[in-house]
Amino acid sequence: MSEFFTEAVLIATIASGIRFAVPLLLAGLGEAYGQRSGVLNLGVDGVMLLGAFGGYYTVLKVGNVWIGLLAGLGVGLILGLISAFITVTLKADQGISGIGVFLFGLGMSDLLFQRLVGTPRFIDTFPRIEIPLLGDIPWIGEMLFRQNLVVYLAFLAIPVSMVVINRTTFGMKIRAVGENPEAADSLGVSVAKVRYATMLIGGTLAGVAGAALAIDLGIFQQNITNAQGFIAIALVYFGAWRPLGVMLGALLYGFVNSLVIQWKTLGIITDSWSDFAAMAPAIITILALVVVATRFRAPSALTKPFERGE
Amino acid sequence: MAVFAVVAVIAAACGSDSESAPEGFRIGIVAPSASNDLAFTQSIVDAANALAGDPEILITDGTFVVEDAATAIRGYAADGVDLVIAHGSQYGGSVEQIAQDFPDTIFAWGTAADTFGLPNVYAYEAASDEGGYVMGVMAAALSETGNIGIVGPIEVGDAKLYVDGFKAGAESGGANVSVVYTGSFSDVALAKTSAEAFASQNVDVMSGTAQMVVGAVGVAVTEDILWFGTQSNQSELGDIVVASQVYKWEVVLEQILADINDGVKGGRVYEVNLENGGEVIEFNDDFDLPGDVKSLGEDAIDGIKDGSISTS
Repeated sequence: MSEFFTEAVLIATIASGIRFAVPLLLAGLGEAYGQRSGVLNLGVDGVMLLGAFGGYYTVLKVGNVWIGLLAGLGVGLILGLISAFITVTLKADQGISGIGVFLFGLGMSDLLFQRLVGTPRFIDTFPRIEIPLLGDIPWIGEMLFRQNLVVYLAFLAIPVSMVVINRTTFGMKIRAVGENPEAADSLGVSVAKVRYATMLIGGTLAGVAGAALAIDLGIFQQNITNAQGFIAIALVYFGAWRPLGVMLGALLYGFVNSLVIQWKTLGIITDSWSDFAAMAPAIITILALVVVATRFRAPSALTKPFERGE
Repeated sequence: MAVFAVVAVIAAACGSDSESAPEGFRIGIVAPSASNDLAFTQSIVDAANALAGDPEILITDGTFVVEDAATAIRGYAADGVDLVIAHGSQYGGSVEQIAQDFPDTIFAWGTAADTFGLPNVYAYEAASDEGGYVMGVMAAALSETGNIGIVGPIEVGDAKLYVDGFKAGAESGGANVSVVYTGSFSDVALAKTSAEAFASQNVDVMSGTAQMVVGAVGVAVTEDILWFGTQSNQSELGDIVVASQVYKWEVVLEQILADINDGVKGGRVYEVNLENGGEVIEFNDDFDLPGDVKSLGEDAIDGIKDGSISTS
């Protein structure tokens, strides 16, 4: 166990945990916007997959990671628009349509990869940016302040989202539409417009999450997200539909994953316990979810399509 | 005449290069990952394409979901494909059921050693511990810190054999070897996290197996850690790749074709290994491997072939 408490190992554990958490954080945050307005989007993982391929392929062709990230953003925006059209305009069942979007993303991202790329090839990854002064703090500096720009932006999105949801007119409309769309509609709020807006935000952030994942890994392969989109949805429940809660959930999941792997490599977790340890992140998340579920309630209109005059 | 017969049997057993597929022969391959994955699936696709006789090769790849694979396997059988290859140990249950419904179709599945007692099913496997051992010996010689890390998927089958062999080889050279099984064949992010953990522990040589290892290779490239690959030649992943254990499944496929030409439709288990040429160590031309290290590897190959070295 003493090997774990060395500077290099502790720093790597925390830094990996943060990196692991970022795609979950971005996708979960986007999903939180949608759910606060009453829309459950189970297609997050599919959007992430296509965003991942879009980002990867763009970097492969253009050689610029930021243009790649923008490509992922664009893919997410388009899929967010399609998802909104299906669930808001066509009023399709949110669960089924979300699964459809996921399967579309899973299959299409693999098909595009096979046809356009073929053999896996590495791409450039995000450069690390050291925050002046903060990056020089012993241990803490290397753990927290020598990350790539996407990490900083993802965590910056938390306070921004808290302000948007809790302190702006737009945020008030989101909450109103999610809790009582009929009342919001009677006050002149366009439920459809608000839900379109949150779905676009959600799709965009999911696309960025996927692109960030692929560019951070420097590679793409089939099902590269490995269900991170679904974990992000669970983290929205875990976080009680609050940006800060989503962040805490993503960090918990990331740190537990990183810790388990680090302990496995050090032999602290023996082979016989290895499989149980691999389940630890999911088990801890589920336990926390149960605790949260007993203390907070979901938006009242979640998963319910809005029909004026009902 | 008797001498000729013995030679013919030995040639067949060793997988004669001249064994050709019958005219109009069709082979259907069902495999879990992409046919150009530089790993498990590509190895069987490359082997089928290398067969003489120009058989028609049909491929359904990316069937991570067993039910999807079962549909493809049954589809090939119903379509009259002569040899259906189910390239994944997870497909065993499907092969066992479908092979009974299509007794005139020949099935091969691996990596496994069970034909279910069916006369139209072949099984094939790899002695991946052998190549793993050889590369472990070279890894220990190349490591300056003496710390080596291996990233595996799930502790079963071919992956476990390779990891165990590599570990044994590296430990025979005095290296300190750490192994981590991520619990997934496909989670690239976890493979990367594992490699980052190794990097923080002063590991300077790594290896790994299964489709998700690209995540670990990426870290190896970034951190300038040497890498040993398996299942397919991974040299194009970068100049940190020292060597790769490559499966030449054509050795197995040629044995099966020889059987078919002799009227045998299954019920046999074949293996690729260093001795029969089904496993070879391919070196990366872009990596400047010291001659003495290469000699250690070649000595290990000879030792395994003549039985003087045990990989366990």
